Amino acid sequence: MRPLTEEETKTMFEKLSKYIGENIKLLVDRPDGTYCFRLQNDRVYYMSEKILKLATNISRDKLVSVGTCFGKFTKTNKFRLHITALDFLAPYAKFKVWVKPGAEQSFLYGNHVLKSGLGRITENTQQYQGVVVYSMADVPLGFGVAAKNTQECRRVDPMSIVVFHQADVGEFIRNEDTLT
Amino acid sequence: MAACSVEALLAKAEQEEAEKLKSITVLKELDLDFDIGNLLACDKNRVEPRVFREQKKDDFLRALARDNTQLLINEIWKLPTERVQEAIVAKLPDPATPLPREKPPPKPKPPTKWEEFAKLKGIQKKKKTNLVWDETAKEWRRRWGYKRANDGTKEWLIEVPETADPNEDQFAKRNKAKKERVAKNEYNRLKNIARAQKVKVPGVGLTPKAQQSKDELSRAVSVARTSTASVGRFQDSLPKEKAPKNQGKKRKFDPLIGDFSNEKNKQLELLKVMDSKKPKLDVTKAVNKQMREEDREEATAKFKKGAGKKGRKGNMQGKGKGNMQGKGKGKGGKGKGGKAGGGNKRRGKVGKR
Repeated sequence: MRPLTEEETKTMFEKLSKYIGENIKLLVDRPDGTYCFRLQNDRVYYMSEKILKLATNISRDKLVSVGTCFGKFTKTNKFRLHITALDFLAPYAKFKVWVKPGAEQSFLYGNHVLKSGLGRITENTQQYQGVVVYSMADVPLGFGVAAKNTQECRRVDPMSIVVFHQADVGEFIRNEDTLT
Repeated sequence: MAACSVEALLAKAEQEEAEKLKSITVLKELDLDFDIGNLLACDKNRVEPRVFREQKKDDFLRALARDNTQLLINEIWKLPTERVQEAIVAKLPDPATPLPREKPPPKPKPPTKWEEFAKLKGIQKKKKTNLVWDETAKEWRRRWGYKRANDGTKEWLIEVPETADPNEDQFAKRNKAKKERVAKNEYNRLKNIARAQKVKVPGVGLTPKAQQSKDELSRAVSVARTSTASVGRFQDSLPKEKAPKNQGKKRKFDPLIGDFSNEKNKQLELLKVMDSKKPKLDVTKAVNKQMREEDREEATAKFKKGAGKKGRKGNMQGKGKGNMQGKGKGKGGKGKGGKAGGGNKRRGKVGKR
């Protein structure tokens, strides 16, 4: 386990800022204690200082997970968010998409959101903007990337993709063995 | 009396003399075991404890040692002797008793890469004869080395292959190839040594090869660049050149549990920089927003108008409806309607920027 380097922090923040914008500040600078990002086994974990100190008692090869996994660095040093980060993305999300109850299941099975399943969308959403997907009852289901901007969304035919799927809570079951 | 005493004295003296010069023949119940090479004799005869106790112990041991030494010397005398400068010398045979060695036995040599491979593949060494018949010289010659049989390097003429460049010196080419093979073998030998001692092989980066890969070339370039008097400090870099990988720079990370506030400040600083790099105004977004506002304004205006119309006259309402009938037309109308007022607005905004 080690702190992220400057470069790694930058790549991670750039990815995070696609979803929560400048709200990252709220993750870094928290009034309820010291929280930090740590890299372990190519994965980035977000944890409190207290947990971090406890975790130092466990050897690196035995440590499976600590705190919340935000995502991992790929071999090409890109950052990929994991569904486990949803707990921190959802409350700070800048752009949201609400999915109709009928399309919820399809999304949770890993499919893109189609126009027909789109319930609501935040105004001013740009194309390729990172969005958090909610059910109509405001339960966060996952996140993805807007395939079209808000204006276009109104015009396209119902079978076209509106939000590209990236991660959904169904992964907790589907990828149970690899998620940490 | 005197004669008697003289005789007795003589006898006594003789006896003493005999005592001093003990005979060279020693009688033993069991013969000794000799290892003349080591000058070793082993006496297997029993020592009677009674005799040992009755006699003086030192005397007994001394007598025993003398007898056995005598036997050993007798044995040596049986060997062929010769005289070397007044000294009689016997050549000892090879020692028969195995003695433990002083130093531990040497470790087996670590196998070379080829030996490992041969073992894996089950390749066994074949003994070849040292001498080979040479057809041209009509005699037996060594297989290798100086004056070897069927020497390929002694030809006075080499045919130029059809595919080869006719101006190429085939002799020089052959010499070069040979030199390269020798160098390669030497390099492999060093590699084997390095591998056996678990040391890094020196100069792996730049071995000559027929076909160098991109990676090897880039490494060669980076080595060549730093091979100046100033270790490449004043070397210019090409416009699109990438920094060489694996420069041997050690990664250094912050401590796991270090200064948390410092870490936090660094991250906040980074966020600030990232924020500042973002364009303050997204043009498409602004235009979209502007358009939407206009749409809304128009809609409200229309609504108001409509409300007014509803209240006042049915005549005007009809006109409005006529506009809205076709969707495409309606849109066009919208755009046109917006342009008169909104176009100016937009321009004004751009100017402000």
